[in-house]
Amino acid sequence: MKMPIPDAGTIVKRSEIIKRLRAIVPGEGVIVDDSELRTFECDGLMAYKQLPMVVVLPQTTEQVSQVLKACHEMGVKIVPRGAGTGLSGGALPLADAVTVGLGKFNRVLDIDYENRCVVAQPGVTNRAITDAVEDEGFYYAPDPSSKIACTIGGNIAENAGGMHCLKYGLTTNNVLGVEMVLMDGEVIRLGGKHMDAGGLDLLGAVTGSEGLLGIITEVTVRILKQPDTAKALLVGFPSVEAGGKCVAKIIGSGIIPGAMEMMDKMAIGAMQKFVDSGYPLDVESLLVVELDGPEAEVEYLTERVREIAQSVGSTFIRVSENEAERQQFWKGRMSAFPSVGRISPDYLTMDGTIPRHKLPEVLTRMNELSAKYDLRVANVFHAGDGNLHPLILFDANVAGELDKAEAFGHDILKLCVEVGGVLSGEHGIGVEKRDLMGEMFTEDDLKQQQRLKCAFDADGLLNPGKVFPTLHRCAELGRLHVKDGKLPFPDIPRF
Amino acid sequence: MSDIFKPENDRQVLDAIRWAVSGNGKVLEVMGQGSKRGLGRAQNADNVLDLSGLSGITLYEPEELVMTARAGTPISEVQAALDEANQMLAFEPWSPQGLYGMDGGTVGGLFASAVTGPRRPLAGSARDHMLGFHAVSGRGEIFKSGGRVVKNVTGFDLTKLMAGSMGTLAVMTDVSFKVLPKPEKARTVLLFGASDPGQAMRDAQNSPYEVSGVAHLPAGVAARSSVSYVSSVGAGVTAVRVEGPGPSVGVRCEALRDLLSGYGAVEELHTTNTVSLWQEIRDVSYFSGDRQLWRLSVAPTDGPAVSEKLEGEHYFDWAGGLIWFAMETTDDANADQVRGLLKGGHATLMRASEAVRTRVPVFQPQADGVAQLMKRVRAGFDPHNILNPGRM
Repeated sequence: MKMPIPDAGTIVKRSEIIKRLRAIVPGEGVIVDDSELRTFECDGLMAYKQLPMVVVLPQTTEQVSQVLKACHEMGVKIVPRGAGTGLSGGALPLADAVTVGLGKFNRVLDIDYENRCVVAQPGVTNRAITDAVEDEGFYYAPDPSSKIACTIGGNIAENAGGMHCLKYGLTTNNVLGVEMVLMDGEVIRLGGKHMDAGGLDLLGAVTGSEGLLGIITEVTVRILKQPDTAKALLVGFPSVEAGGKCVAKIIGSGIIPGAMEMMDKMAIGAMQKFVDSGYPLDVESLLVVELDGPEAEVEYLTERVREIAQSVGSTFIRVSENEAERQQFWKGRMSAFPSVGRISPDYLTMDGTIPRHKLPEVLTRMNELSAKYDLRVANVFHAGDGNLHPLILFDANVAGELDKAEAFGHDILKLCVEVGGVLSGEHGIGVEKRDLMGEMFTEDDLKQQQRLKCAFDADGLLNPGKVFPTLHRCAELGRLHVKDGKLPFPDIPRF
Repeated sequence: MSDIFKPENDRQVLDAIRWAVSGNGKVLEVMGQGSKRGLGRAQNADNVLDLSGLSGITLYEPEELVMTARAGTPISEVQAALDEANQMLAFEPWSPQGLYGMDGGTVGGLFASAVTGPRRPLAGSARDHMLGFHAVSGRGEIFKSGGRVVKNVTGFDLTKLMAGSMGTLAVMTDVSFKVLPKPEKARTVLLFGASDPGQAMRDAQNSPYEVSGVAHLPAGVAARSSVSYVSSVGAGVTAVRVEGPGPSVGVRCEALRDLLSGYGAVEELHTTNTVSLWQEIRDVSYFSGDRQLWRLSVAPTDGPAVSEKLEGEHYFDWAGGLIWFAMETTDDANADQVRGLLKGGHATLMRASEAVRTRVPVFQPQADGVAQLMKRVRAGFDPHNILNPGRM
């Protein structure tokens, strides 16, 4: 993984930069000592580490604006950071960049039940939004596994997903508005408590832009009323194919469960060893299906899912009898990562999406790759929407294994693209999948994306080295290749 | 001398755009069937790029809940295919009949204008259902974004940007979008002469009963409904739609009747009438004709107060968050007054004469910083302003 070569001219100016930042954010808000900077050296993608040049922790939108303005004037790069839980290295520091941490933006500003929304600062955690409204029976739907720690600002930057996205949508479907600061310090507002954009949908473009377009300083998200009841089913199958068929039949019959997760034998074993969730060990694949809504609906759909499961040859079915049991069923799946951490010194989390019916083919070929690389792989899978999380097990202390695991991972993602899927379903591109973008996009596709960046950040100072394998200069991107007056009248049917 | 180009493949779309890019001041009006030509600033482009030759559903996998179609595919063809598999476009796009007097429309036009109906608060908008596209930019380059899967964060989400861009950024040639199963059953709880319709709508919207439409028709509008339960009451009618599996719909309707009975008398509509009523609400049939028509998107709590100051006829959708407002014709459609009432949100002039649509901005003018940003974004796609120039 190559990061852009740090700019020596910037590093030389470090003390000047620190001075300017201190004039904006007083006291402990500017972090410069190596021992303290260490805390920020990586995000959830821990294979890559880099000490930031400086970390600044502003507390107000005005401070963020001034920090960006100052850095813009000095030509200094910026790396935005929420809680640093991202899995693709989007918040990986750069040696010549100021990391702007939003941790102090931690207040819920407005809870508006009548309009079903919450206005919060970006450093508020995902879970804290639900905590703030659950007494009134509301919740915030997108639920990434890191919800206790990850921030809502980071969720928007990454367009975070989670188990309940199948029915309730990703972050992008649940954000109503943002206030954000552009690289030149300008503060803009997009959206609000109303729905849809009045012009171009910039809010949609900003969501999932991985910190390359601006720094979000306030968010408005939609909250939903908690469903009356929820039940979970555990359904085991003698083959992965049967599990896949069950998923297709459930959705094909018009049922959209609140969540539908699948895991393979290796993952089931690891989870059940970590926490007793009642998972059967003698099945090849296991589904956790959650149905939510009014009690009558949940009862009715539970029976239909049971019938479908039996019709495709399930060998194990359990329906949660009460809330405690429902939670127990989820415990294993929720602890997928630590469980796998228990059976292997290290693991890489992959995140591709495929058309669901390609699952058996992809799993078969993944097993072939596993044999080829001589590395084990455990699979957890947001089955309803085709989002795969293969966990590649390896030992970083064995020379060459990390490289081997990465190569294996890249092959898996290429396979996802080959069968009609995409490189990332919810974790983002960051640095992790940056160099694979060419697998999915042509040079022209990528250039058009970068022209969007140019509109927000013409000097390419925000989070460079992320998402795009090559960052072109905006002047070059703006050039047109069609020369004046050279093309004849087009040869097209006309009337 | 104006030409209508009717390309039959992507290459010809590219040629037409490159030709326009290479000439001084040549512009193209991008069009499907022209069914929504009345939306946006009036065009006086010298050439038309007619996409109706790019037609056909290229991929439909009902179990994967996905369809891909060429941009010029008639909506009726998509609808027929979906009906056969008992599926639907869940964002419930309106048919242009009630607004512009012309039926039809194409897939490209549907997503380019981000048409969205009553199910919006529950199911999302066109922008939430569009998964990916292929296009030719106003620079004369073929590009794509997104994909055919629902969960996708690979690169910037240009798909969102394209939805609702009115063909001003690029010419889409193919669109992939999400489709969903039709609900087993649909019913509507009606509330007559509600004492506080705004609050009643929000109570229904914010209940746990997963309502799929919450509208309020003032008495004068309700009287024009084709559903006699609605037109015959002589009072305002609040309508709450419930969809889903049979047993669930029954239980939820009952709960909603309990919830709303404090506001006035309640009644229930069965399937056929439910379909008719929501089609009227969706297609703005009550305001067909040629009165000037506004569409206001606001916070639901702002809806009732805003509506009180509107001189004309209106009704609410989206639990008060959407106001359809018809008024007698004036030179500027009272644009400043209408927009002056908003504390947030946006107002779109959905119908007015060409002259009026040239004089006043059809889409909500943006704050300065955002307007500049949009201009820069647009320049990245169509630097010479050759695609539907000025339409937004």
